Amino acid sequence: MTLNLRMAWRNLWRHSRRTWLTSTAMIFSNVLLVFMISLQFGSYDMMINNTLQAFSGHIQVQAKGFNDNPKMRSSVPAILPLADELRGAMPGAHVASRATGFALASSEQRSFAIQLIGVQPEYESSVSTIPGLVNQGRFLEDPYAPEIVIGAVMARNLKVSIGDEITLLGSGLDGSFAAGVVNVTGIFESGSSEMDRGLAEVPLGYFQETFFMGDHGHSIAIAVDSLDLVAAALGQTQQRVEGKDGLAVLDWNALHPGLKQAIQADLSSAWFMYGVLIILVAFSVLNTQLMSVLERTREFGVITALGVRPRKLASLVMLETVLMGLIGLGIGVFLGWLVALYFNSVGFSYPGMQEVAEKFNLPGKMYPSVTVFSMMLGPSVVFLFCLLAAVYPALRLFRLQPVEAMRAV
Amino acid sequence: MAEIKCIDLCKTYVQGDATIKALDHVTLDIEQGSFICLSGPSGSGKTTLLNAIGGLDELDSGEISINDERVDLLSKGPLADLRLHHIGFVFQAYNLIEVLTARENVEFVMQVQGVSAKQRKLKSMAILKEVGLEGMENRRPAQLSGGQQQRVAVARAIVSQPKLVLADEPTANLDSVSAAHLMELFCELNQNHDVTFLIATHDERVMRYAERLIRMQDGKVISDELQINT
Repeated sequence: MTLNLRMAWRNLWRHSRRTWLTSTAMIFSNVLLVFMISLQFGSYDMMINNTLQAFSGHIQVQAKGFNDNPKMRSSVPAILPLADELRGAMPGAHVASRATGFALASSEQRSFAIQLIGVQPEYESSVSTIPGLVNQGRFLEDPYAPEIVIGAVMARNLKVSIGDEITLLGSGLDGSFAAGVVNVTGIFESGSSEMDRGLAEVPLGYFQETFFMGDHGHSIAIAVDSLDLVAAALGQTQQRVEGKDGLAVLDWNALHPGLKQAIQADLSSAWFMYGVLIILVAFSVLNTQLMSVLERTREFGVITALGVRPRKLASLVMLETVLMGLIGLGIGVFLGWLVALYFNSVGFSYPGMQEVAEKFNLPGKMYPSVTVFSMMLGPSVVFLFCLLAAVYPALRLFRLQPVEAMRAV
Repeated sequence: MAEIKCIDLCKTYVQGDATIKALDHVTLDIEQGSFICLSGPSGSGKTTLLNAIGGLDELDSGEISINDERVDLLSKGPLADLRLHHIGFVFQAYNLIEVLTARENVEFVMQVQGVSAKQRKLKSMAILKEVGLEGMENRRPAQLSGGQQQRVAVARAIVSQPKLVLADEPTANLDSVSAAHLMELFCELNQNHDVTFLIATHDERVMRYAERLIRMQDGKVISDELQINT
């Protein structure tokens, strides 16, 4: 250990209680930040996954322009073989084809405009939570059967129940009149009134026949097990789709631009709260180092008289702050990591969360994201602010007059 | 050629409504290898003169040269370098760095000078032995007596072999035995290493060692005489 380091380290423990108090403030804030940030990142992952698993999946293959302007004619040809190819190329991913249209749904008593989705019954449950949200009847089974699954609000509006018939009227791919009669086999409740009111699903084969789609569809939804796998799946999908004219591969960020904005907005407000905590800790460090410099005025005066330049003294004060910051960083990150690791294995929930989540077929617990980034982000900022807080006491040493300083008590 | 030349030094302090003349037209020549005591009552200007020569305090007027280099014209950085490499200081209150051991206190200045760790260790051990602190190298100031602390301070002041040592009341806090040992050490360094000593004191025991005694009062030199040491 160099003389400077030894001196800085021993100076820290001249007033061990004060050093521990300041370090404890840093440790406490670091533990809190590590846990809060890792939980926050974990909750974002959950929020994104929940949103994407509800319907869209992490990635979609569509006709170019379909996402912004979903026209019946913007279709993907030979959609089932393409979906099979993607399924074969990415064994870990879940792939399902869909067709999308708008129709007038009529029961005996009422009619409503709805969004009608043709889905592959055998694959849909792997990319969407809707099949699991069916709480009356059952989800679709036969890919060509004239069956429909509707939202609970739609069922109420149309005054239909399981087994009732609904007539669908719409426009086919070629612009011609499309019509069909389907039986209500299932009613789902997603918790989103928009989906429950306006969304209905029929088998893809039936949709293609009724709306004269041939082998076309509108989108292939791809879901992966975690957000970390999205980039790799996106690359593989793009490779497979490359060369197929008129098709686009969109990731979740393009499919749900509002999602990232919502996360950014939430992060900003959280950082405001974290900022208050960090500034309080920084002031504690400022106070400690200022006191430390003031009570050593005489000693600094002597050292300056011996010919040591103020720059050297300032670097000593900064080194002391670095050491104190490292104590706070090391212990804080370690304890924060333990807390985050514990909740990462058992999950974190608040009263009522699990009941609500189960109702909507969502996970009932949040799991903190234990990554180097989530562990180090908050403590690094605390460390940086503590160093900044020590700049003022260090700069005071440049104004030190040896004779006056040596007279200090 | 004089090592230190002080010409017409003036320095005043303002204390409340009163203006105190700490140095009042002081002119001195100090030769290389001299052993000089500055004596006088408190407030006579001894410490101010030492501080001015050491570049610790600014003058109102006058010139100070050390080896023909104008100290009073140097800026802070070069002044610090001058003190670091050419002047050793010994203070009344020892002023050791309390978190460092005796050896580390001695090494500290050498470290700032850029001396290698190996050389620092060798030199500090040798100088501590020379001042009679062999075996106490790893004690911190609080574990040393006043006399021992002052010896560490002397070791720190001379380890870099400065040509000038400025000592301000170095025996004020020492018992008579420790004071005598310290002065003998100063004399030995003066004679064997040609180090110039300028010692501010009002201790008669110290004055006996001086080959030249300068008496000050109210910021003025009132007598400057050579002494024959017994």
